[in-house]
Amino acid sequence: MAASAAARSSMVLTFRLSRVLPNCSSCPFNKLKACASGSARLQRRTSLDSFRTANRHLQTGTGLYHSEEGSSNAENPDDVVNVVYVDRSGQRIPIKAKVGDNVLYLAHKHGIELEGACEASLACSTCQVYVSAAHFDKLPEPEEREDDMLDMAPMLQENSRLGCQIFLTPELEGMELTLPKVTRNFYVDGHTPKPH
Amino acid sequence: MSSHRLLFSGLWTIGRTRWISRLHEGKHGCGRAFFSSGKPKVCIVGGGPAGFYTAQHLIKACQDAEVDIYERLPVPFGLVRFGVAPDHPEVKNVINTFTQTAKQSGCSFYGNVNVGKDVSIQELQQAYHAVVLSYGAEGNRTMGVPGEDLAGVYSAKDFVGWYNGLPNCQQLRPDLSCETAVILGQGNVALDIARILLSPVDVLKKTDITQPALEALTKSQIRRVLIVGRRGPAQIACTIKEVREMVNLPDTRPEMVAADFQGLREVVKDLPRPRKRLTELMLKTALETPGEKEQERRNKASRVWAFRFFRSPVEILANPDNNRAAGIRLAVNKLEGSGEGAQAVLTGEVEDVACGLVISSIGYKSLPIDPSVPFDSRKAIVPNNMGRVQQAAGLYCSGWLKTGPTGVIATTMNNSFDTARSLVEDMDSGMLDVSAAKPGSQNISGLLEKRGVIPVIFSDWEKIDSVEISRGEATGKPREKLLSVEEMLQVTRQ
Repeated sequence: MAASAAARSSMVLTFRLSRVLPNCSSCPFNKLKACASGSARLQRRTSLDSFRTANRHLQTGTGLYHSEEGSSNAENPDDVVNVVYVDRSGQRIPIKAKVGDNVLYLAHKHGIELEGACEASLACSTCQVYVSAAHFDKLPEPEEREDDMLDMAPMLQENSRLGCQIFLTPELEGMELTLPKVTRNFYVDGHTPKPH
Repeated sequence: MSSHRLLFSGLWTIGRTRWISRLHEGKHGCGRAFFSSGKPKVCIVGGGPAGFYTAQHLIKACQDAEVDIYERLPVPFGLVRFGVAPDHPEVKNVINTFTQTAKQSGCSFYGNVNVGKDVSIQELQQAYHAVVLSYGAEGNRTMGVPGEDLAGVYSAKDFVGWYNGLPNCQQLRPDLSCETAVILGQGNVALDIARILLSPVDVLKKTDITQPALEALTKSQIRRVLIVGRRGPAQIACTIKEVREMVNLPDTRPEMVAADFQGLREVVKDLPRPRKRLTELMLKTALETPGEKEQERRNKASRVWAFRFFRSPVEILANPDNNRAAGIRLAVNKLEGSGEGAQAVLTGEVEDVACGLVISSIGYKSLPIDPSVPFDSRKAIVPNNMGRVQQAAGLYCSGWLKTGPTGVIATTMNNSFDTARSLVEDMDSGMLDVSAAKPGSQNISGLLEKRGVIPVIFSDWEKIDSVEISRGEATGKPREKLLSVEEMLQVTRQ
């Protein structure tokens, strides 16, 4: 998937990171016009989000901090957030992630099949996840646009959220994110998509 | 003794299935272990979201599979390019996912190939182990009323195709010099059309809407759009995002009939969440007195949009010269039953509305493209069981052709993954025999060449893409679409 390579947003700014200037011309995201920080793509509202945006821009370059599997060397243990993805076949995949990581791109980084058709722009519902009950209320309220998109998701549940809108914080330690199950009979829950 | 054998065969099947799913998880070749030396070759007919999502899943599950996508137009992506509204560019981001799929080594795109005319399904079945039909719904349901053929009456499919640059809709040249437009149908397509008709040109000119459409809309005299449905607000087919966009559309104000919403307030709280939120928004728009600022905005608005409920078209009324639409006669309905299953029943009353543009947005419809493929003309789909075409081994279907023309990209994605899963299951279980090597695209390329058809491969599309983007740059648009197949083919030859 488009974002499986290096997308990783972290709220931690160290001196090393602050000196990274992304070289967009050689970045595959730029070539595919899939850069999450590219011009009109991101529609963020809070100042906190724009802070995250700046970080993501720094880290999606093909520069020095292309992060590999797992965490970087000199990590701050306070930054670590352990989460568990439960994939469509029920397999549990524990991930050692960092504060600020985005649930959609984290999944991509670890090869978990969570689609993000609209690339985190709140224009689809393909990244729907079910959030463990203990952590659901710890998430900030969804903005209206997220709720609108969730309304269109098949197999919507009380604890559904869009993965692209969830950023990890320390209090989400232990959160479980379950991908909606494969249903062979697509309309078994009685949901009928609206006529187009 | 027979029960003993049954038990044994049962255990054997279970064991084998477990082995197969373990094999699967390891993402090895599909169906080939112990059986064959050839690669599984799959052909997909239709290069829209269904085709690409089916290909994506197949390639992931069967790493040695060769998946070829055939598409009638020189350009890929189907309704993502020609259906999604110009002012919804984020929805089109999925093109990046599809591009990645197309560039996988096991995947090839062949545009400008008309399956059914340039090559038959039977020929494809001979060349490939499996054929997946994903060619969507290129027709539309008709109202079936007198006057439907008058000038000024269009299907939503054609109108959307026109402003989105679909080559065979470029002759539409709709006359937008009337004051009122009536749209029959209240799905997302109807709302898209209403929004495009009423959006400020300053917004539209920064989108990938075609230049001729932009010019026509700039000159448009349309100031009022009625979006008409047979049933009531509780049955409306559109989704909340699109209604919100209408409510917030600059320089427009809503005009609803309060009586249409009678009794709805009381039942809203018990509705399932998506229906509840949508109904609440409509109730608010229709019944609540807006705040001062909003009221002022509405007073200054120069354009009007409205939902009209409980109305069915019975006749398009012509002008005195009897050559264009000048109005529409609507039958008044009442509802029997409630909720999603409520039925519209005629009351005998009619109502005439003067208008110069009538657009019927009552559903797309799949068409049969090859007589050898089973087709259910009543439901307008290919009869299937979880994507496996009935009574046709080696034939599968995904997307709207499989389930009917409803749903958004996420729906089509799930639907296509499902079909791909069925296909992979069949390969693994031996239901689909992939043991004998098949020639795949080699044979088909030979046939096409003999017939004078030159396929457009993905890198050719990238030339078209590049030209469209650079032409768009000149006018501040994301792209300026090429509007004819000839022009597209010309670019690929450069």
